Parts: sequence; structure tokens; C-alpha cells
Amino acid sequence: MPLPAGITKFIGQVSSTIYEVEKGAVARFAEAVGDPNPLYWDEEYARKSRYGAVIAPPGFFGWPMRRGESSDDLKTLVSSLAEAGYGRILDGGIEWEFLKPIRVGDKLTVTSTVKNIVERSGKTGKAVFAFREIIYVNQNNETVTRARQTTIHLVG
Amino acid sequence: MAKQLYWEDVEVGTELPSLAKVATTQILVGWAGASGDFVPLHYDDAFARSQGLPGVIVHGALKRQWLVQLIIDWSGDEGTLRKFSCQYRAVDFPRPMRTLTEAQEGETWWGKGKVTKKYIENGDHYVACDIWVGKGEGEVTTTGRATVILPSRSAKG
Repeated sequence: MPLPAGITKFIGQVSSTIYEVEKGAVARFAEAVGDPNPLYWDEEYARKSRYGAVIAPPGFFGWPMRRGESSDDLKTLVSSLAEAGYGRILDGGIEWEFLKPIRVGDKLTVTSTVKNIVERSGKTGKAVFAFREIIYVNQNNETVTRARQTTIHLVG
Repeated sequence: MAKQLYWEDVEVGTELPSLAKVATTQILVGWAGASGDFVPLHYDDAFARSQGLPGVIVHGALKRQWLVQLIIDWSGDEGTLRKFSCQYRAVDFPRPMRTLTEAQEGETWWGKGKVTKKYIENGDHYVACDIWVGKGEGEVTTTGRATVILPSRSAKG
């Protein structure tokens, strides 16, 4: 199956954003999961832990479409696919490598690269799969997390 | 937190303690705000129906974080989640709300896992697990794998 015209130009596109890890955002995330682990909100407990500070749960940044900080490439790729008839978007899953903890107060540089875009036919009809690599680097220039994210764009 | 798990405590085939979870429409709205995923499939019933679904669906990423919680609850404060992956196999539907705070009776989901591999690499003590989210009747809708480093009784760190 061919991809919609002009879509392959997004392969290789890199975008970058800076994200500050706020205490309230981390606590709300853990609460939304229903995860009571005190490492994500209790400063005293976390200070005595081997992390020395409140950390973000692994996966705190899983979905690249956070409102207000969506990368330009994502919006453009998504809207180009929507114009080509692939108006529905699904989370196709994730692979993570966690290399260092993310602590409250960290300032992360998030770099997303479109690695590949392919069209496949499946049980739900024609679909376009977009694969991104997302790398999170903290203020000490340490790579804290590497992610491979798949989004599925369906006709509709 | 619970007593720390050590690498020596687990064997291939060891099952992780199951984690019970409920998804309600209210929980999905909380997740949308906390995660920044505002795809309307997860909170707008009319929109979900216009997409051919019977109603709003649970965010895949929320089920994913249930699995992260499952692994970290098990591996404890001294365990380190090193690798994690998951894929979504089927959609799940949240329980609608009955009152301002109470959901209707309905589905309970279970995060589960099983140890598939145990090894030492560069002095670190690793355990690999298959992990999944299943419905009460057993249908699995999310599957994944996790690799954790556990403390060892026979080695420092």
C-alpha cells in the first residue's frame, strides 16, 4: 500500500522541547494512576530513599501529544495524515529504556525524531503507523530515558 | 512500603502479586488532565460513537501505567525498572458514574506478571517479566515486558 503523497518527508524530522518536572504535575500523575507510592509525593520519605528527592514515576512522559507542548512535527504529521483521510489516531504502544531517575525540579530536553512511517492493512482496515524515538536529557546532560513510541492513524 | 524483594527470592515462573484496578469515566478525565492526552475518544461519548465505538474507551497509557505500578510495587524501593514495553491488544470501556463520586458496578481489571528470565550482567542482578492487563473474565487487553534490577543478598548494590 502506498503512503499518502508527501508523508514520507516527515521521516527523519526532529523536534525538541524543554519540560520542567514540577512537583504538582508528578503528584497529579501518580494520583491519576491511583498509585500511592510515596516516592512520587512525600518529600521526607523520598529524601531518605536512595533517590534523595521526589522522583517522577517511570512513564511520566509517555504520550507525545501533551497539550501546549506538542511538537510541531507531530501536529503537522497528524494534520497531514488527517487531510489524507487518516483522521483517527490510536496509541500503538511504547518501548522504554530507563537510564537515570527523573527528579522533581529536573529540566528535561525532549528530542523526538520520526524514525519511520509505514502503511499496513489490518483487521481495522488501512492504517498508517508512525514510529518515533524520543530522548530525554536532563540539566546535567545525562540521558535519563529513551523511548520508542508508535502511533496508529486510521481512516475515518 | 512492603518488605524489599531480593533477586534470590524469585525464580523463572514466579508470579507477581496481582494489582486490581478500576477505570471510571471520572478517572479517565483525571488521567487526561494529568497526562496531557486530550484525544476525545476518552471523554466524549458522542465523539466515540461517531468513530464507530459503543462509547468512550480507556486510555492505553493508563493501562500502561498500571503495569508500571505493578512492577514497581513488586520490585520495591531498591529495585530499578530498566526496560519496559507494552502494546494494546483490545479496547476497554470505563465504568460510567452513578453519583458524583461513585461509579456503576462493572469491570475490574487486573495487572499481572510472571518472571521469564533471571540473569547477571555487568554485576547487576536482572529479572525479566511478562506483564499484562486482563479483565475479570480473563480477556487480556494489554501485554508487555519489563526488565528490572533487584538487589542481591550476595552482592552490594
